[in-house]
Amino acid sequence: MAVLVDKNTRVMTQGFTGAQGTFHASQGIAYGSTYVGGTTPGKGGTMHPELNLPVFDTVAECVAKTQANASVIYVPAPFAADAILEAIDAEVPLVICITEGIPVLDMVKVKRALSGSRTTLVGPNCPGVITPGECKIGIMPGHIHKRGSVGVVSRSGTLTYEAVAQTSAAGLGQSSCVGIGGDPVKGMDFIDVLELFLKDEETKSIVMIGEIGGQSEMIGADFLKRENFGPGKPNKPVVGFIAGATAPPGRRMGHAGAVISGGKDTAEAKMEAMKSAGIHVADSPSALGSTMVKALKG
Amino acid sequence: MNIHEYQAKELLRRYGVAVLDGHVAWTPEEAAAAAKALPGPVYVVKSQIHAGGRGAGRFKEDPNGKGGVRVVKSVDDVRTAAEAMIGKTLVTKQTGEHGKVVSRVYVEDGCDIKRELYLGLLVDRATSRLTVMASTEGGMEIEEVAENHPEKILKVAIDPAAGISGFHCRKLAFGLGLEGKQVAAFTKFVTALYGAFVELDCMIVEINPLVVTGAGEIVALDAKVSFDDSALFRHKELEALRDESEMDPKELDAGKHDLNYVALDGEIGCMVNGAGLAMATMDIIKLYGSSPANFLDVGGTANAARVTEAFRIITSDPNVKAILVNIFGGIAKCDMIAEGIVAATKTLHLKVPLVVRLEGTNVDLGKKILAESGLAIIPADNLADAAQKVVAAVKGA
Repeated sequence: MAVLVDKNTRVMTQGFTGAQGTFHASQGIAYGSTYVGGTTPGKGGTMHPELNLPVFDTVAECVAKTQANASVIYVPAPFAADAILEAIDAEVPLVICITEGIPVLDMVKVKRALSGSRTTLVGPNCPGVITPGECKIGIMPGHIHKRGSVGVVSRSGTLTYEAVAQTSAAGLGQSSCVGIGGDPVKGMDFIDVLELFLKDEETKSIVMIGEIGGQSEMIGADFLKRENFGPGKPNKPVVGFIAGATAPPGRRMGHAGAVISGGKDTAEAKMEAMKSAGIHVADSPSALGSTMVKALKG
Repeated sequence: MNIHEYQAKELLRRYGVAVLDGHVAWTPEEAAAAAKALPGPVYVVKSQIHAGGRGAGRFKEDPNGKGGVRVVKSVDDVRTAAEAMIGKTLVTKQTGEHGKVVSRVYVEDGCDIKRELYLGLLVDRATSRLTVMASTEGGMEIEEVAENHPEKILKVAIDPAAGISGFHCRKLAFGLGLEGKQVAAFTKFVTALYGAFVELDCMIVEINPLVVTGAGEIVALDAKVSFDDSALFRHKELEALRDESEMDPKELDAGKHDLNYVALDGEIGCMVNGAGLAMATMDIIKLYGSSPANFLDVGGTANAARVTEAFRIITSDPNVKAILVNIFGGIAKCDMIAEGIVAATKTLHLKVPLVVRLEGTNVDLGKKILAESGLAIIPADNLADAAQKVVAAVKGA
């Protein structure tokens, strides 16, 4: 089982012949995932010089010829929103955008185009998605992962690796790891990934890593309270962590960011919401694995 | 990127947003000349710094004097007010105790204020849409209003495909209790502001207060505008508005080397890859009883040169008593980071204890480089170990 990606995932790459696209596709292939080709507009009809896979001008053509069912995007930020829109238009079921620094208003348009579409977006500004032993899409180091039972969902790339290393060391391993990315406007949010983890049989427990800012950890915690904990519910143990407890309150000029959240986007408020939902909150980023071991013992 | 009030008003005026007449002045003489060009008889002299709370703020040089925004009734008083502000340090709720030096003032026409409202535009994470917020509680501590009386903050989210429409504005206008021709004036104001926001790729636009005048006009009394840094590539003209003197010199320096650095007031310098891990590293330092001197994300493509720059910036802070390097290599390769650390330690003649935790891509190679360097680097096996060791190094020093 696992979520989003598995051994049947056929991955194409947008920004295929660029340095990032080339390097990470080769890493994904070395990991054992199925990469089928990609796009670089203007280079259609050629073969990728290092990977010996076909290059196409458009996503639609790549999907038609390779039966790709997932696309990973390494296109530079000024053109990345356009790349996501092209993948949505080509009805690619899963799009994972790694690119960092996409203008927020570009993502507002992308988000609008996603609603009612056939595409699920992960990212942007994220490490990607991995199902250990089956499929690696993104920039995470494959070797720290171990097939197992913990579903990991995180806003932060390197903190995801921390959760992976600790749950691997504890002998638990991961079912799937989803980096949702740190941008304010993005594809899947905590609630969407948590919903998949609750339904997934292989996922026996969940690590959820958030940050200061925004409301999505609150919404995720509230969802778990309703749908995970209680009689007749899955009752999967969940470990949570929020980074940024010691970050100084935003030295921003205006107040509008805090006004929209009503002052409820601090690490403290989020950890409180997690605890009251029944989530085991790790007090240290180095205690993710040990907190999970304790939570599993009940 | 933040800009000054006078720059914001000049920009917004071009988009048809109603602002009062005014001129920027760098000297008291310029301020007096600016006042002469205005109709009078009431003038407002406003300190220009990148921080709010200027009116209630006080100057360090004259703590019992008046604030950073003064209403005066003659050209001579404009000159006197400007003299009291320019070159002086203004401390407000938002500047911190060090305050900010006022290098220029904005001299603006007086205004017959009947009501003070609040208006803010930003992209709301919850809806992923540009959202217009308005409140009857203008000029107040709007954050407190949002926290204690969320019902007093009206919000409308704008569908990016259809854009702003009259009904969005009317919904807010009637909610604010506007009437008669005020409703049309408000609609024109908000529509123009939305246009400016979208066109200029703003991050936040805040008008606090938005004023209803005695004559029923709607006008911006203050304006805070910040731009989306990720979109500046398509607005080269906005670069000219950047005021580097408003930025921390270390942060400015870091930005020029593509390093994400925020100065803090603790004693342990940090170099980490990834913003989340960098924040978590700060949290764990605090947990073990010390405090971080900075936030520093070296990013994924760190190489020896960038690591050296990062060390140089960290050690330029005299409060730094030890350094913690925490790298979980994904894109970043541990061996390249290790080479950078060795090079930086030698070139900078590092004198404070250095704790290094490496994990992830090419970790064994990285550890080997550090071990064979002959340098007094304290290796750590994991995050907790690293935090304990660096705090012990500081406490022992």
